[in-house]
Amino acid sequence: MSVRTHRAASPWLFLLPGLAVVAAFILYPFLSTVQHAFTDARTLTPGVWVGLRNFQEMLHDPQFWTALRNSLLYVVVVVPCTVLLPLLLALLVEKPLKGVVFFRAAFYTPVVASVVVVALIWVWMLDDRGLLNSMLEMLGAGPVSFLGDAWLVLLCAMALTVWKGLGYYMIIYLAALAQVPKELHEAAAVDGAGPIRRFVTVTVPAVRSTMVLVGALSSVAAFKVFSEVYLLAGPTGGPAGEDSTLVMLVQRSGTGLSGRVGYASALSLVIFCIALVLMLLVLRADRKEKSA
Amino acid sequence: MTRVGRTERVVRYVLMLAVLAITVGPFLWQLSTSLKGPGENIYPSPPSFVPRDPTLANYAEVARIIPVWDYALNSLKVAAANVLTNCVGASLAGYALARLRFRGRTAAGLVFVAALLVPLESIIIAQFTTMRDLGLNNTLVAVVLPGSVGALNVLLMRNAFRALPYEIEEAAVVDGANVWQRFLRIALPSVKGTLAVVAIFAFMGAWDDFLWPLIVLSDPDHFTLTVGLNFLHGTFADKPRVVAAGTIIAVAPLIVMFACLQRYFFRGVGEGAVKG
Repeated sequence: MSVRTHRAASPWLFLLPGLAVVAAFILYPFLSTVQHAFTDARTLTPGVWVGLRNFQEMLHDPQFWTALRNSLLYVVVVVPCTVLLPLLLALLVEKPLKGVVFFRAAFYTPVVASVVVVALIWVWMLDDRGLLNSMLEMLGAGPVSFLGDAWLVLLCAMALTVWKGLGYYMIIYLAALAQVPKELHEAAAVDGAGPIRRFVTVTVPAVRSTMVLVGALSSVAAFKVFSEVYLLAGPTGGPAGEDSTLVMLVQRSGTGLSGRVGYASALSLVIFCIALVLMLLVLRADRKEKSA
Repeated sequence: MTRVGRTERVVRYVLMLAVLAITVGPFLWQLSTSLKGPGENIYPSPPSFVPRDPTLANYAEVARIIPVWDYALNSLKVAAANVLTNCVGASLAGYALARLRFRGRTAAGLVFVAALLVPLESIIIAQFTTMRDLGLNNTLVAVVLPGSVGALNVLLMRNAFRALPYEIEEAAVVDGANVWQRFLRIALPSVKGTLAVVAIFAFMGAWDDFLWPLIVLSDPDHFTLTVGLNFLHGTFADKPRVVAAGTIIAVAPLIVMFACLQRYFFRGVGEGAVKG
């Protein structure tokens, strides 16, 4: 329902700032990305139409395949952890125990901090002589050169992403758990189901749609990873770029005075399409299971 | 309320303390490192969290090697501007979409939904060239502009206005209030909660953002804190105490803000995730 009495022009005046910003800085850049993807534009030259050449070049670019592999690997490793761990965390702080509000807030702290801050904290903890290695030493193990091996760096970046998101997704799950009828748990307990059985047969089905939502949000976010890897592995993603991700490749190839805007735009378009597909896949998986 | 048995209670507290160590411990370790003087071993085993002789020297040192307070001021300017533009722009647009009837309303709503579907990372190069064409590269204005009215914020405000009872405004119409008066005096004061969520997330988003300022700012004078910290890390990695001091400067304001306004942070997660 709407209130009617107003001058015809005013709705558009209300919308003007929002529409102008979105049109100029989101939609226009999107269209311009699509257009540039088929040119050989550089930072200082507009470029000419080259058809599919950027995409053909991509297929023969080992850096592209490495970056694509890393970004997809990021999704494969990070998303299951992000769907499951915050759910367990939410179950942990769900009960109205004394001090639980403090714990919830404390678990959220990494979400509030900038990714740059937490990445630098991790770099320091993962140092060859850092906190983690001195703890390992106490246990008689290590030292491990966490930031010395390309695979280990990537794994550490993934752990960082999961760690930083714990509190955020925990809050989403807490809201979902509050909607689960208590009787379900009680009935299952009376039937003699242990905590693990109850988790699988009661909790998981009850928060399924939230798990799918978290899966969708985190898979798109994981695929677009930039800062964690950039800061842990260095701007080029390691000496030979073994740790580079797709967004890092876009940033590296498309900026600077000799930035290859055309090629970077083609890469961007690939990112856009894969992100969209990921999102649709996760949401479709949900629909299928619901109707089955 | 379900009763929690004694064993279960102990297990829960132990687990919560363990997670606490994992989530908050790293921040405390960083704080501790930043307070340790040059004479103190920062690589001890076993690790010691309490500085033997706490000093603020590292904070003075970080301010000496990079203009960290200027960077903080730049971040503050960007964040404050982002709060202002988002609150104004999103509430105006949200109100029109929720309460005004006009041709093209559905289309206007779809524009914001479409904008939400475009990952920022996939248009960042084009945003950069757009800023260059506008002659704004390497300015703080360019840092703020692309996110100055977030599509998600517009939709959040639209939903908040939609949820208001319709009768209050009806009465104002009868009293002869025009659309601007209804918006400012009746509708806006009723959605303060959502507006606070928008403001807080706009502040946090701008203060924490890294990729876009990294791309658009090239002159160290205009760096925001995150870009400045990246520079500090790249150039002075051999001074962990100083880097630690820098990160604490960047994170402390947000932790204080979070401690004071927790409720809105949590509410924002719910609204942003479910309706986004």
